[in-house]
Amino acid sequence: MRFIVTLILWLLPQVLVSQTWEDQQFFNEGPSKQVLRIISSTDTALFAPIIESFVAQTPNISVEYLVTGTADIDLRFRENPETFDLVISSAMDLQFKAANDGLARRLPNIVHPAWAQWRQSLFAFTSEPAAIVINRDAFAGHPIPNTRQELIQAMRARPEIFRGRIGTYDVRQSGLGYLFATQDARASETYWRLMEVMGALELRLYCCSGEMIDDLSDGTIAVAYNVLGSYAKARVESKDKIQVVFPADFPTTMMRTAMVSSQAQHPEIAAAFIQHLITLQSLANEKPFPLPPLNSQLNEAEHATIALEPALMTFLDALKRQSFLAEWEDAVIHNN
Amino acid sequence: MFTLIGGTAILALLLFFAIRNSAVQVAQSAQDNILGASVTSILDAAVIWDGIVEIDIPYASFSMLSTPMDDRVFYAIYQDETFLSGYPDLVIAPTADREISFETTKYQGQFVRVTTASRTLIGKDKRIQIRVALAQTQDALSGTLDQISQNAALFVTGFFALATLLSFWATSATIGQLKRLTNSVTRRGPQDLSPFEKPVPLEMLPLVVSLNSLMARLDHSLSQSEEFIAEAAHRVRTPLATVRSYAEATLQRVDKKENRQAIRSMIRAIDESSRAAGQLLDHAMITFRADHLERQDIDLVGLINELVTRLTPIAEMKDLKLQLQTDKQVPYSGDPILIQNAVRNLLDNALKYSPSDGTVDVFVTATPNIRIGVCDSGKGFPEAELDTLATRFSRGSNAEGTIGSGLGLTIAMDVAAAHGGSLQLSNRPEGGACALLLL
Repeated sequence: MRFIVTLILWLLPQVLVSQTWEDQQFFNEGPSKQVLRIISSTDTALFAPIIESFVAQTPNISVEYLVTGTADIDLRFRENPETFDLVISSAMDLQFKAANDGLARRLPNIVHPAWAQWRQSLFAFTSEPAAIVINRDAFAGHPIPNTRQELIQAMRARPEIFRGRIGTYDVRQSGLGYLFATQDARASETYWRLMEVMGALELRLYCCSGEMIDDLSDGTIAVAYNVLGSYAKARVESKDKIQVVFPADFPTTMMRTAMVSSQAQHPEIAAAFIQHLITLQSLANEKPFPLPPLNSQLNEAEHATIALEPALMTFLDALKRQSFLAEWEDAVIHNN
Repeated sequence: MFTLIGGTAILALLLFFAIRNSAVQVAQSAQDNILGASVTSILDAAVIWDGIVEIDIPYASFSMLSTPMDDRVFYAIYQDETFLSGYPDLVIAPTADREISFETTKYQGQFVRVTTASRTLIGKDKRIQIRVALAQTQDALSGTLDQISQNAALFVTGFFALATLLSFWATSATIGQLKRLTNSVTRRGPQDLSPFEKPVPLEMLPLVVSLNSLMARLDHSLSQSEEFIAEAAHRVRTPLATVRSYAEATLQRVDKKENRQAIRSMIRAIDESSRAAGQLLDHAMITFRADHLERQDIDLVGLINELVTRLTPIAEMKDLKLQLQTDKQVPYSGDPILIQNAVRNLLDNALKYSPSDGTVDVFVTATPNIRIGVCDSGKGFPEAELDTLATRFSRGSNAEGTIGSGLGLTIAMDVAAAHGGSLQLSNRPEGGACALLLL
C-alpha cells in the first residue's frame, strides 16, 4: 500500500510536468547566437564548468542545458531527435541502444580509445563506480560495511534502525538504476539476497540520486544503495554526515556517455563540444572539474567497468525487462 | 619479354581475385558462425511458463556480437505470427524447425547479414513456434576484407614487380650477351682473328665455339697464304739475283746499241721484281711481328741514325742529300725491327721519288708527340689519292717510270697501327711529299 502511494506520488508529477525540466539553464546567452541544445542527466552544477570553458573559447555560441532523468531523456530524444544537438546520459544501455538504432551521428574525426567509444558515435567521458552511501550517525559505534554481504549482515543485525530507512533507485523509472541493478544481478546472486533483505525492511524507492542524498543527509534514510559517488561527494555541506563506500566484493562502474543527434541542428558545434568534453575529461585533472575523469585503469582491473557492447541491449529487450522487473518487484515490493 | 610481363600481369590479377574471393568466403562464414551461435543461444533460452513464453536472452548472446568496427545489431522475436520483442520492422523469413538460414539484405540503409532460426515449444495443449531473426551490419567484415585486399594487392604487386624484374634480367642476360658478342665481332680489326674468350651464357656456347673455330680456320688459311707468299718471294729473289749478275756481265760484253738497251730494260725489270719480292717478304715478316708485338725500350734517335748512316752511300750514289734532324733522345717502347723497317720503306720511297741534287729530310721528335717524319723534294703525292695510297699494291698515279711494288706505305701503316699509332701523308707547301709516322 505504501508502495502504491509512493508510486502515485512519483508518477503524478512525471505525467503532469512531462514537458518541463528538472533544470534548464542558458550559458553565454545573447542575440543572434547559435544555440547548442544539450539534453542531459547530469546535474547542472556538475556540468556547468565544462560548458563555461567551452563557451569561453567560442563566444558566438550559446548553450541551452536541459536536465532530466535518464529514462525521460530516452523518451524525449526518441520522440524529437531533431530538437537536440547533444545527448548526455549515465544510462549506458539506453544510450547504446539509441546509437545502435542510428540516432547518433558518426564523428569519424574524434580520436578516442576503442573501449571508451562505440562506432565513433557514442563517447564515454567519465568512469564512475556505484557506491553504497551511508549516514555516519546510523553506524555510530558499528563497523561500516565494505561489501554487500556485510551490508546484509548489518541490516539483519539491527532491523529496527534500518526499517524504512534504506533507499535505492526505482529501477522501473530510472534508467541508471535499471542499468546498475541488471549489472549487479548479472555479476552475483548476492544482489537478489540484498534486495530481498532490503524489501523486507520497507525499502524506499527514488527516481533520482539528488533526493536520495537529500534524505540521507538529513537522516531520513541511513543507507542509499547504488548511488553515484560523485553526486554524494559534490554535497560539500553534508560531507561529514555521510560516507561513500565502494563495495569491495564487486564494484560496478559505469561510464557517462555523450552523443550527437543524427538530426542535430548544429552538428559541427556539437562535435566540437564532444571533442572539448573528452579532451578535458581525459586530461589528468589539470583543472579541477567536478566530474570524475575517464579512468582506463579501472577498466583493466577486474573488468569492473560496464563495457560498451551490444550486450547492453540484452536487458532492454521487452521480454527480458518484463521478467527482470517481475523478479525485482517480487523481491523488493512483495516482501514489504 | 612483353609477352612475359603481360602473362605475369594476368597471373597477378587472377591471384588477387582468388585471394579476395576466398577471403570473402572465410570472413562471411566466420560472421555466420557467430550469428548462428548467438541465435541458437537465444532460442535455447525460450521456455513456456504457465502457457506464456519467456525468453531470458543470455547476456553472452549479444556480447559475442562485439566486433572491432562496432557493428550494429538488430533482432526480432516472434511467437508464431505475433511479434514479441526486438525490432518489429526487421523482416523475418519463415524457416523450418532447428534450421538456420543466412541472408544479406538491407535494413535501415545498411547491408546486414540476417540469421533466422526457429524452434517449436510444446506446451500443455498447443505447439508454439518461436522464430528469431538476428541481424548484424558488415562493417567489420568489409574492414577485414579491405585489409586482406590491401595485403593481397601488396603481395600481388610485389609478385608482379619481381616477375617483371626477373624477365628483364633474363632478357638482358641473354640478349645483352648476344649484343656484346656482336659488338666485339664488329669492333674487331681486320687482322684480329683470335678466339672470343669473354664469358658467355651456356646457351650461346655452341655459337661462340663454332665462331671461334671459323676464326681459327680463317687465321690458319691466312697465315698459310702469307707463308706461301713469303716462300714464293724468297724462292724468286735468289734466282733473280743470279739472273741480274748475268745480265750485268752480258751488258759489258754487248756493243750493239739496241741490244744494250734491251739488256738495260731487262736489268730494270729484274730490279723491280727483286724489290717487290723483298717488300713482300718484309710485309709477311711485319704481319707476323705485328700480330705478336714484343715491345722493348729503345732510343728512336739512335735507331734512325743508324738507318740513315746505312742508307747514306745509296743516297750519295743518286746525288741526294740525307739530312737528319732529331731531339737529343726520344725513348720509346716498341719493336725496333718493325720501326726500322717502316722508316726504311719511307726512306726508300723518298730516295726513289726525289730528283737528283734533291734533299731528303728526316726528323725525329718527342714533342708534342713521338713522331718520325720523312720528307722529300719530289713531285709530292697526288692530292686526290692521299687516303687510298697506303692500301696494298696501290701506287700513285704519278709514279710511272719508277720502280715500286706499292707495298712500302702499307708496311709503314701496319707498323704504326701495330704500335697504336698512325701514318699521316701530306705534301709540303714548297713541294715534295711528307710521310709522318705517329707513334
